[in-house]
Amino acid sequence: MAGTLVLVQTLNGLQFGVLLFLIAAGLTLVFGVMDFVNLAHGVQYMLGAYLAVAFYGVVGNFFIALVLALLAALAFGLLLEFLVFRHLYGRDHLDQVIATFGIILFLNHAVKVIWGAAPLSLPVPDLFDGSVVFMDGLRYPIWRLMIIASGLAVAAGLYLMVTFTRFGMLIRAGATNARMVSALGVNIERLFMIVFGFGTMLAGFAGIMIAPILSVEPGMGDNILILAFVVIVIGGIGSIRGAFLGALLIGLVDTLGRSFSVDILRLAMAPSPARIVGPAIASMLIYLLMAVVLYLRPTGLFPARGR
Amino acid sequence: MKKPTLILALAAAFGLSLSAAQAQQNLKVGVLATLSGPPAVLGQQLRNGFTLAVKTLGGKLGGLNTEVVVDDDGLKPDVAVDKAKELVDRDKVDFVVGPIFSNILAAIMKPVTDAGVILISPNAGSSSFAGKDCNPNFFVTSYQNDQIHQVLGQYAQDSGIKKVIIIVPNYQAGKDAAAGFKQKFSGEVLDEMYVPLGQLDYSAELSKIADAKPDAVFAFLPGGMGVNFVKQFRQAGLADKITFLSAFTVDESTLPAQQDAALGFYGGANWAPNLDNPQNKAFVDAYLKEYNAVPATYAFQAYDAALLIDSAVRLVKGDLSNKDALRAAMMKADFKSLRGSFKFNTNHYPIQDFYLVKVAKRPDGKYETEIDKKVFSNYGDAFAKDCPMK
Repeated sequence: MAGTLVLVQTLNGLQFGVLLFLIAAGLTLVFGVMDFVNLAHGVQYMLGAYLAVAFYGVVGNFFIALVLALLAALAFGLLLEFLVFRHLYGRDHLDQVIATFGIILFLNHAVKVIWGAAPLSLPVPDLFDGSVVFMDGLRYPIWRLMIIASGLAVAAGLYLMVTFTRFGMLIRAGATNARMVSALGVNIERLFMIVFGFGTMLAGFAGIMIAPILSVEPGMGDNILILAFVVIVIGGIGSIRGAFLGALLIGLVDTLGRSFSVDILRLAMAPSPARIVGPAIASMLIYLLMAVVLYLRPTGLFPARGR
Repeated sequence: MKKPTLILALAAAFGLSLSAAQAQQNLKVGVLATLSGPPAVLGQQLRNGFTLAVKTLGGKLGGLNTEVVVDDDGLKPDVAVDKAKELVDRDKVDFVVGPIFSNILAAIMKPVTDAGVILISPNAGSSSFAGKDCNPNFFVTSYQNDQIHQVLGQYAQDSGIKKVIIIVPNYQAGKDAAAGFKQKFSGEVLDEMYVPLGQLDYSAELSKIADAKPDAVFAFLPGGMGVNFVKQFRQAGLADKITFLSAFTVDESTLPAQQDAALGFYGGANWAPNLDNPQNKAFVDAYLKEYNAVPATYAFQAYDAALLIDSAVRLVKGDLSNKDALRAAMMKADFKSLRGSFKFNTNHYPIQDFYLVKVAKRPDGKYETEIDKKVFSNYGDAFAKDCPMK
């Protein structure tokens, strides 16, 4: 029994990690290639979820809504890039933090004005509205498996693109030395715009995929943004591979920590203090992990080469 | 020679407008609620319930023309203190109605009541102001917070549930909820899960619940946390085997997002939209018509707060200067509460009935909680005996 529970919890951790990866991938690209701190990445995740709910309300089909929401998220990301972010690339990180933080406040409130403060929800598409029984008494929703599968597919696609295509080569080169790439005659502004739009779309995709499981509400992207930053710091800034492995690591450590910290502590202490100490330690675990990684490998576990 | 005449005319006009203003509004009520951030839905229900009552009574409370000033506390105690002082000092309100959250209540208690203004809480009912720190200028139209958790504990005890898992956020109110439940439930508590405040994905906890196989789960996960937990609990297939008991987790503010996932889940309350009495029917219909939403307890308790002010001001014949008479009139609670039976305890908290409520779908496709059974009758809180007020 305990073995199955560990297995199911590992699957839970994997699913959480894959979700984190979808968000962190865009963040690490924008941070790594463009040297741009985009705190507004989390609200783009929220926006993806809201757009999916809105389009679902109009067309009534999840997959059409998914495509429309992705396009809308991309369009909105490019609009933001054109209106705001483009003017911040040359500025220092503090200016970028302040401006993108402003965008968080603005969009969180805008969403509330448009859709209201109450949480919204999106039904699981009928095709995947089933479940699998892994352990007695627990149905594991197929949709969660779909999230894992789509995340792994995105990871594979990104890996192929970054490693084997000309565009991927430019991204790698940009992450190593953007100025040199520009000097070699590459239109760096266009590259930046594509990278940014792509990152936005990935965050939006994560928001759309998670909407059938979580409630869609203002501010839903704020907490996950912090975790995404932890992921890219652990994985190494600018590195897709780092973001992938970092995200899985964080997902697993967090989920397994939350599940078993109390049980493990109970071996060493009385049940009631274990109940108090366990959750506290569990919520610290990923930050402890980050501290250890930063101490041993200040550039992260898998830094982009040349950094 | 023109100037003095002008000034005279101005002064006269000013005097006129002043007296006109005085004649128009002789009762001012400040509403202080959380209207921004994720819990804004609750504050909006409070505000809507109160303004609906004033509107239904023809813009008058106790026969006086009434002006309502609404303010947002932002769920920040320091902001709330400033807003409360503004209401009292600048707007010179006669009553303050609010807030939603207990930590805000603790912050605004002194600034409001010390100024001699009467504070009516239509939701937050902390234990701290029910016992020895009870306050003559403070009235509650909701309940003492622990009572809701006790309803579920009592029900679990009475209905033969033997094994329970408790899941609450890891902060004071979460610990109080677990303690309140356990006061009345003497069966076995297999596990108490303390999750970080604001957690959204419960897959890890749900797997553990499935593994432990309890008869029931008791959850206190307000707002978005509850929406997520309920949906995922249903998706994991636990709803068919495990009784879902909860406090502040399934109500009319979260049901629009939980929908079918919450059907048949239990909560505890002092009222429900389908409570059968004529004044409540009229209220629910009017609320639906005005806001196109089913009212939750926040709205009904704010509505009752307005009725309470109305009755008290009427009893003192509009004379707000004699505070002792006004407080005595408030204590009489001479109004038809939407919950039916209602009176004040010595600590100015209500003595009332409590029900187990169950989520159901309305004929119009919306969702509401409905009364399943009465759990406590004329139930007062345990702290009143420590209150020096008699």
